[in-house]
Amino acid sequence: MTLYLARRLVTMLLTLLALSVVVFVVIQLPPGDFITSYIARLSGSGETIDQAVIDTLRERYQMDAPLLSQYWAWLKGMLHGEFGYSFEMKLPVSEIFSERIGISLAVELLAVVVMWAVAIPIGIYSAVKQYSLGDYFATVIGFFGLAVPNFLFALILMYICYVWFGVTITGLFSPEYMNAKWSLARFLDFAQHVWAPVLVIATAGTAQLVRVLRANLLDELNKPYVLTARAKGLEKRKVIMRYPVRVAMNPLVSTIGWVLPTVISSSFVTAIVLNLPTLSPILLRALLSQDMYLAGALILFMGVLTMIGTLISDLLLAWIDPRIRLGMVGAN
Amino acid sequence: MNQSSNEPVLQVRDLSVDFPHKDGAFHAIESLSFDLYPGKTTCFVGESGSGKSVTARAIMNIVDPAIITQGSVTIIDSKSQTPLELTSLDTDSEAIRAVRGARIAMIFQEPMSSLSPVHTIGQQIIEAILLHQDVNEAEARKRAIEALAAVHIHSPERAVDRYPFEYSGGMRQRAMIAMAIACEPDILIADEPTTALDVTTQAEILLLIRELQRKKGMSVMFITHDMGVVAEIADDVAVMLNGRIVEHGEVDQIFHAPTHPYTRKLIDASLGLEQSDARPLPARPDTPLIQIDDIRLQFGGHKSWFSKTVHGAVVALESVSLSLWPGEILGIVGESGSGKTSLGRVLMGRYKPVSGNVIYTDRQGRERDLTQAASFRDKQVYREIRMIFQDPYSSLNPRMTVEQIIAEPLKINGLASGHELRERVATLLERVGLSASMMERYPHAFSGGQRQRIGIARAIALEPRVIIADESTSALDGSVRAQILDLLLDLRDELGLSIIFIAHDIGVVRYLCDRVAVMHRGRVVETGLAHQVCDAPIDSYTQRLIAAVPRPDPRQRGLRSV
Amino acid sequence: MSSPTTTLIEPSADTTEESSAVRGTLAGTESQWQLIRRRFRQHRMARISLYILIVFAICALFANFLAPKDPLKVQARYTYAPPQGLHFIDHDENGDWSIKPHVYGYKVEVEPEALRRVFVIDPSKKIYLKWFVEGHDYKLLGLFPSNIHLFGPERKRDPLYILGSDRLGRDMLSRLLLGTRISLSVGIVGVILSLFFGVLIGGLAGFYGGWFDAVTQRTIEFLRSLPTIPLWMALASAMPSDWSPLRVYFVITLILSLLGWTELARVVRGRFLALKDEDYVAAALYDGASHVRVVMRHMVPAFTSHIITAASLAIPGMILAETALSFLGLGLQSPVVSWGVLLQEAQNIRVLATAPWLLAPGLAIVIAVLAMNFVGDGLRDAADPYAR
Repeated sequence: MTLYLARRLVTMLLTLLALSVVVFVVIQLPPGDFITSYIARLSGSGETIDQAVIDTLRERYQMDAPLLSQYWAWLKGMLHGEFGYSFEMKLPVSEIFSERIGISLAVELLAVVVMWAVAIPIGIYSAVKQYSLGDYFATVIGFFGLAVPNFLFALILMYICYVWFGVTITGLFSPEYMNAKWSLARFLDFAQHVWAPVLVIATAGTAQLVRVLRANLLDELNKPYVLTARAKGLEKRKVIMRYPVRVAMNPLVSTIGWVLPTVISSSFVTAIVLNLPTLSPILLRALLSQDMYLAGALILFMGVLTMIGTLISDLLLAWIDPRIRLGMVGAN
Repeated sequence: MNQSSNEPVLQVRDLSVDFPHKDGAFHAIESLSFDLYPGKTTCFVGESGSGKSVTARAIMNIVDPAIITQGSVTIIDSKSQTPLELTSLDTDSEAIRAVRGARIAMIFQEPMSSLSPVHTIGQQIIEAILLHQDVNEAEARKRAIEALAAVHIHSPERAVDRYPFEYSGGMRQRAMIAMAIACEPDILIADEPTTALDVTTQAEILLLIRELQRKKGMSVMFITHDMGVVAEIADDVAVMLNGRIVEHGEVDQIFHAPTHPYTRKLIDASLGLEQSDARPLPARPDTPLIQIDDIRLQFGGHKSWFSKTVHGAVVALESVSLSLWPGEILGIVGESGSGKTSLGRVLMGRYKPVSGNVIYTDRQGRERDLTQAASFRDKQVYREIRMIFQDPYSSLNPRMTVEQIIAEPLKINGLASGHELRERVATLLERVGLSASMMERYPHAFSGGQRQRIGIARAIALEPRVIIADESTSALDGSVRAQILDLLLDLRDELGLSIIFIAHDIGVVRYLCDRVAVMHRGRVVETGLAHQVCDAPIDSYTQRLIAAVPRPDPRQRGLRSV
Repeated sequence: MSSPTTTLIEPSADTTEESSAVRGTLAGTESQWQLIRRRFRQHRMARISLYILIVFAICALFANFLAPKDPLKVQARYTYAPPQGLHFIDHDENGDWSIKPHVYGYKVEVEPEALRRVFVIDPSKKIYLKWFVEGHDYKLLGLFPSNIHLFGPERKRDPLYILGSDRLGRDMLSRLLLGTRISLSVGIVGVILSLFFGVLIGGLAGFYGGWFDAVTQRTIEFLRSLPTIPLWMALASAMPSDWSPLRVYFVITLILSLLGWTELARVVRGRFLALKDEDYVAAALYDGASHVRVVMRHMVPAFTSHIITAASLAIPGMILAETALSFLGLGLQSPVVSWGVLLQEAQNIRVLATAPWLLAPGLAIVIAVLAMNFVGDGLRDAADPYAR
């Protein structure tokens, strides 16, 4: 187990390194180095920037050094918690982060929890009552969940709430709580707002999870061990919950690996449409204005998030599945 | 069987099960009636699809998605003589659940998939005990350990916390049996419990079931398609065909005075193999066709990241030496993992041994080393040594017509084209007993036996000298198997072939082969004339192997504790 | 020579036993593609969806011909004109009726609260439609110059906004038709590019195995663990703003396929490995067939249907991704018209409340993606008619 953990950690570090390279390449992609383009844009709009600031920046990021050492300088900064400087917002990236990271994580985690809480019972129901009315209903809803893009769902929800109920569902807080300190009242206000983005983000993922669970469970329901358990004299309902469902949950746990990237992607779009105070609108702005340091740090952060998620899912899987825990290869 | 009495424990009357279908229903079993007696073993035989397993499930009243359309299953309490009818009970009711596992227990063919992969053996046995016995968890665990001990599992205290995948195949089946007998049932239903096991393991499991039956006076319903097993263990036999019992009687009567033609066919197919006489050996020239010399083959072994040593290399073949003489059929027998299939693949150039060589003398008298890749780049070797596969389903490309499949080797080797090619294919099809008019069909339209014939036609298309047949009849049912064996014998005589026949079935080898090599753990432990090895083995492993093979004659029961 | 043993079973037993397996299946002379087609036809949703997709494809191919108006023409007079709908049965004053396609004109009202000019449908003004009218110039299929359109108003200057108009008074219907062309083609071109990478890389990995396979596997795992949309956006945003629309279009497609090939590579590799173990592939090798022949004759036919399936299931993903990118302003840019670009207009809740018809492209997306998913599902079920 320790060996397994160690190996997974090493793999994760390597993957992170690979990701950082990708992100760095992306940062470098826009033509010219970003400080020159930044200055060009500023002077275009009539602003000026202190030459001293420019010089410190050039030195900090070793703009004139070869790419490899630029990368190294950037990476070293990251490791020290210096994520760079947002030219657009004129703030260190870390400051922008600390403001919004909590809300971002809260919304995404909530979406993941909702996704699972909804998908598991529906998936079990659909598989056990295959071809029932409820199963068809779940399948149809599932198909729409997959076919309606997040932003469109958000737009439609927004429209319906506005036109039918006269409610605007943008943002996560009422104006009076926007900049207030956390309190019970603010929390309740948050709870009143958060359902819409969570609903939008969770829908597509839920549909996919239901499909996966339903397919897995249908496979497992026909396995001989189900018959064995029934031949023991166990109630059918208990048989299903104790055996096939238990086995079918394993691949579901391993889906965290792709559920998280999906959640992050969809929360990104949703946050922009619903104007949430999360990291996503910042990333969009950073990208549109080619504020690449901020963008790079954000993408790296999102990547780290998914990797931690994948690690957790792998460990969880090893914990619940003895075949993996005891080092038998090729369970699944 | 001294505890047998004349009062049945289970009475089945007029039982029918249907699988509902879009248009109508498929009758899986139709009006079955039979009794099971305490201390007696009733064998249900029949080929796949004859309704044996459905019968077993119908007794337990677990047949969904099928439905029991009529009939009754009555279980009679051995002490109070109170009858209880099962088919009228709700399939998930408390009354029937009190019977399942407690009074009727069941074991299945594939012990790996019949046990939950994510629960320990102990958890699964304890669950059964807690369901039917009024004991606490600790006591249940104790009884589970006792049950494991009763089926002779070593150190049951530790085994109880193991997962099924940590067990070997035979151990898993023992664990299944432990689970079944934990609540001391009156009836044990065993659905092909030894089919997936090697013959020596099969013998152990059969002995174990018999031992437990004697101890507890259980009634055993044993489902199998193997007449040898039937002859070995049955008191009564029910022969099933297309969902009906066509003959039911005492074992001796079934084997020695069968009345139904289908029963006779089954008996003949297995007895015929057994009673074949030795054929004269073909004359032996000076040099063998293939000389296998001191082969060693090993697999795998991946280098780990941290050290340079090779881990987990498995030795598949160790100092194997054999010769194949012109015109003979050489059998290679062994249980799974004995290395027989690997040896065949070495001969086909698919695996390269670490050391040793295989010298083949081709038609022109040149010597070729088959372990050298260069030999197989030469089409002459391909043309002279051909292969027949085990699985008649995966060995024919489903996307090609039979004509294309058989023509493929001819075309590749530029031996025929156009009209002539078609003629040749037609001749080949007729040669293997198929009609030339089947040429335009795709393989999925054929049965297993017919597909195997197509595979043989493909093999002989290039007029080979040697055919390597890897378990080529093991996927076929009894009578079809016999036909294919006869076809091979005919072809050998007609085309002057030499055949290497790889098999696990002693009966088949005894019938077909001139000489036999017995393999065990990668080594050849004994070679000799087929009848000699099968009837009077010398090596101790061969003796065990042969002793474990059930004789298809109840008068010659030979199963003893090994 | 004759066999010294007696035959076990008379050959006659053979025919009764074995011919039963042949029953039913149309004598087994159907080829792979015939079987696939038959299976696909049994999948009702897939069949219906296929017809829907054909309609979409026709719309995309003949977008210019079908569009009644120039999709790019700004008409400030008709800002946010609501959809007129389409009427076929014309009642005249005498109560008689005739079949004569027409729409109603607009009248302008002032909204009392917001003091805004709004268009209201005026049933008293009838605008009759004519088939094959002359309109703006275009090239049919990009080749043949023409100015004939399927239909248009009898009088050229009459407003015709069947699906309404946008902020600049452009005709939504015409724009939607043009957007269909762009969005569908992004999906298809993107999948073709992914297919190229996927088949090449997956095939090589499956065929050669070893370190190449290991590296490919890790790369695929890595790419699949990334949140795609932000990464796509980062790549898209790095494009210089002065690139021509066509170049942007191709680069966007390339970016989408850069991350989209992994699924296809996985499928190809998996099939390749599975097929390598099939006995009939070994049999072909033993027949003396060359590697090229084994691959082309025995392996490729076995997985083309799977590749087609995987590709058809990948197209909707591509379309959704393009739509999301363009919607956020990082993908295709005006004046190029795609579904995403069109929906960008509908981002604001105020706009949405006044002109909900701007969501029409959303409906097109949902229908197209649903249909593609159903067709993909149908193909998947039919792809391997020999599965046991």
